[in-house]
Amino acid sequence: MIFNIALRELRSLFYSPLAWIILAIVQILLSWKFLSNIDIFFSLQAELIKIRNAPGVTDLVVAPLLDFLKLLLLIVTPLITMRLLSEERQSGTLKLLLSSPVSMSQIILGKYLGALIFFLIIILLCSLMPLSLSFATSLDYGKLASGLLGVFLNVLAFVALGLYMSSLTRQPGIAAISTYGLLILFWIINIAGNSGGEDSNFFNYLSITHHSIQMLRGIVNTADVAYFILFSLGFILLSIRQLDAQRLQQ
Amino acid sequence: MPQLINASNLHRYYADTHAVNDLSIDLQQGDILGLLGPNGAGKSSCMQMLSGTLAPSAGEIIINGFDLLEQPNEARRHIGYLPDKPPLYEELTVDEYLDYAARLRRIPKSEIHSLREQAKQRCGLGEFSRRLISNLSKGYQQRVGIAQAIIHQPKVIILDEPTVGLDPIQMQEIRKLICELGKQHGIILSTHILPEVQAVCNRVQIIYQGKSVFNSDMDQLQKNSQIRLRLKHPPELQNLQNIDSVSSVTEIEPGHYLLDGEDILQHTSEISQLCVENGWQLSEISPQRNTLEQLFMQFTSGEQGLAEGAADDF
Repeated sequence: MIFNIALRELRSLFYSPLAWIILAIVQILLSWKFLSNIDIFFSLQAELIKIRNAPGVTDLVVAPLLDFLKLLLLIVTPLITMRLLSEERQSGTLKLLLSSPVSMSQIILGKYLGALIFFLIIILLCSLMPLSLSFATSLDYGKLASGLLGVFLNVLAFVALGLYMSSLTRQPGIAAISTYGLLILFWIINIAGNSGGEDSNFFNYLSITHHSIQMLRGIVNTADVAYFILFSLGFILLSIRQLDAQRLQQ
Repeated sequence: MPQLINASNLHRYYADTHAVNDLSIDLQQGDILGLLGPNGAGKSSCMQMLSGTLAPSAGEIIINGFDLLEQPNEARRHIGYLPDKPPLYEELTVDEYLDYAARLRRIPKSEIHSLREQAKQRCGLGEFSRRLISNLSKGYQQRVGIAQAIIHQPKVIILDEPTVGLDPIQMQEIRKLICELGKQHGIILSTHILPEVQAVCNRVQIIYQGKSVFNSDMDQLQKNSQIRLRLKHPPELQNLQNIDSVSSVTEIEPGHYLLDGEDILQHTSEISQLCVENGWQLSEISPQRNTLEQLFMQFTSGEQGLAEGAADDF
């Protein structure tokens, strides 16, 4: 049942031009960034030979590319997640789901999975670019995999937050702007932490950036993975509760 | 006849508004129950509660033996619901949408195709399989909404104003469809159109200010009738009262009477013959059905009936 709902979500997404335009624009921006990264690598190559243990192509081309992908996903996610539930409520189609023998968690998980698959497609397309380098040079696949995992965990969190925001309102616009607000807050919250005060560890712990930066360097820390999973799970549970509560309040 | 819906003592509050107040609804197989009421009477709230999309503040709803609150998934399997605004994904085609609706109702894959074709054929959507729902006219969108509600052949079909926005021919077709569906399913429908209730329903319930103020079989309603009589040379009132089939006579003005009696409409010819024989100079004799409209006005004018009942409550 979850899969049916996810499939419908994806189908509607790809029937609208929005999904295609997002895919195209993200792809264009990424390839531009990719090319310029390679350019930088070539111009630095002469210097790099002199250094012992110099950073390789994975560090200089792939890591910045994935970092840029995270930024793009931060911008794109709210556009996709804003309509997940708010549009269904506004157009009345939510009543079809609510009057069917489907539980609230199935509805929420179906929507979550549907949006997630879309972002997996973006990540997959993006990962083809670094992989194309493997024809010419040797890549550090471990680092590439950990970087991609980092991006994926980021998406898990972004979509969960966006879904919850979408469950709170009928207006997709409001859902989008509140998702932006909270995502950026979690993105920059450790700026306060970096000042080195007593609370710095706490703010660092809350920060999305703090938890994903290590993975670009090839370090997968269970604490970081746990952070993203807890973050996503928390907002999924909140969305289920919210959907259930709406039948009572309205 | 198996009991399909047994909803008792439903209450629903919106903030301070008591939208549904101690409402009970029963539905048996083969019933087509018409819910009537002015705007804001609580019809839609009531139907939303029965369909499981709105939780009641208090009360109990049993659908085909399953408690809607305790066993929601079992109960909802037997419900087909058309809200006041059809829940359509406009970017899908008719077939895609109906397939999705069928899958949501947990119909096995092998049966989806045949059930979808059957629902389409019943709603006259045969040629529209591959059309986008957003490109259909309002009437056809309404039909897709009905098809969605009947595709899984539920025991209970709840239709919130099913003929709104349709042209007269489509209205006729939908009414015919509802009558046909009513033979195997139990149907609740709400409407503003009183003749519609008379045409399709076999039971009627009038809701006013969240309360049920009238609940009766249509047959009962039909029996409750009078004869209107106009005479140019009226006799003494006593003479009219002495007619066998007449139990009471109301004089509206001299020469203009309403005759009451059991099954009095069966005796129209005898009465007219009497008038001729006695030279009362009959100028009008007509059946005077106790129409829904009269009842509706009577119960929802806020002065009679309910107002007294409400006064007792406070």
